[in-house]
Amino acid sequence: MEGTIRAAAERIRAAGAGPARPGRDPVNLPMIRNWLEAIGDRNPRYEQDGVAPPAMTQVWTMRGLHPVVEPADPLSAMSAVLDQAGFTSVVATNCEQTYHRYLRDGERVEVRSRLVDVRGPKRTALGEGWFVTTDSTWYVGAEAVASMTFRVLKFRPPGSTATAPASERAPAAASERVPAVVSERASGVAFERAAAAVASDALRPVVTRDTAFFWAGTAAGELRIQRCGGCGELRHPPGPVCRQCGADRQDHLVARGTGEIFSFVVHRHPPVPGRRLPIVVALVELTEGVRMVGEVLGADPRQVRIGATVQVDFVRVDTELTLPAWRLLP
Amino acid sequence: MSVAVGIVLPELRIPVTPTFVISTAVATRDFQDVHHDRDQAVRRGSKDIFLNILTTTGLVQRYVTDWAGATAMVHSVAIRLGAPCYAYDTLVLTGQVTQASSTGCVVAVVGRVTGGDHVTGQVEVGRLP
Repeated sequence: MEGTIRAAAERIRAAGAGPARPGRDPVNLPMIRNWLEAIGDRNPRYEQDGVAPPAMTQVWTMRGLHPVVEPADPLSAMSAVLDQAGFTSVVATNCEQTYHRYLRDGERVEVRSRLVDVRGPKRTALGEGWFVTTDSTWYVGAEAVASMTFRVLKFRPPGSTATAPASERAPAAASERVPAVVSERASGVAFERAAAAVASDALRPVVTRDTAFFWAGTAAGELRIQRCGGCGELRHPPGPVCRQCGADRQDHLVARGTGEIFSFVVHRHPPVPGRRLPIVVALVELTEGVRMVGEVLGADPRQVRIGATVQVDFVRVDTELTLPAWRLLP
Repeated sequence: MSVAVGIVLPELRIPVTPTFVISTAVATRDFQDVHHDRDQAVRRGSKDIFLNILTTTGLVQRYVTDWAGATAMVHSVAIRLGAPCYAYDTLVLTGQVTQASSTGCVVAVVGRVTGGDHVTGQVEVGRLP
């Protein structure tokens, strides 16, 4: 699959810039005024001089409410290839715009884009993915007036399989989707895991370089929290890079094992193999500040309250897997 | 421009109301549903509607020209995107001059939201020709 992606990337890159795409309307004051008003920009210069704010450059060539699929557009073409390979989600990571001059009221602009490079597969906090970089240039006639380097991460949403169908196609221009709220997704996985804890066919966590320390900890009866090796920020779920300072060094500390219930669910249905329902699964805010999901063991669901104090316990599933869980403190 | 490296720009706090998210998305001609339809945004795994990139670029540009004044000429805006800026959050923009010369300067800008850095970047600004 990597070979297919690289070959497609090389083919699209070698094809060079796509066709010029003209903006729907000329640069015009009504759209400039709408933009200034919405953004809250009170700079009088634009209306006085009849020029557009430079950050509006891309606005003039946005595809609008009913975008036409343009297979010749390099980013659209590369996105289609990655969609097919299961990398169906997209998030923009970088946008670098250079303005050679300001655009004037009445000017007509068009844009041409080309694929610069495709790098991957990379492991990221959002999932495995490929970074796709394109360059776009805006022209008035033959004059280049602005340029942009734009980078997106096309990633496989966690939990999907390698052959997931392309369920959602991202429009190429300014394409972005939410970074899938990683912590909530991770909570969901942990929820299923805890619910199946004592079943012989328990859903197992994927142990990676980033999470191995955590599972080694539970096996040893320790609740470990990842700590940034740069700024000391604590984070959970564990990941490769610090969101505060960007450092990729990390160590961990051993938590005290106490916390408060931040939120919880009572799972009554559907049935879980090997378990008698209901069971309670809580999101616990540890004394150290991070939040972690686990089953609340031996609790009457009617006794569980947000804010209740809990103590960690460990459920040994087999020789390889020990799950953290919680017990209410009196 | 008589500016010196290290000058700190005044902080700008923007209450990110749904009206703000939607009006800026439409003003930048971005009609993707995650910028105006909360039900769809939630269905796609987001907690609410959120700012689009063209707006973030615009806010970074505006933040610097608010400080630099009407005679400023923006040469480039380079941003790196991080945590989404959701409706009902507050976007706090801060900035500092990192390079300065007789013809212009570079301002490093950070836009923070509850979830961390929404945007970090550099704006290169000079004087009107």
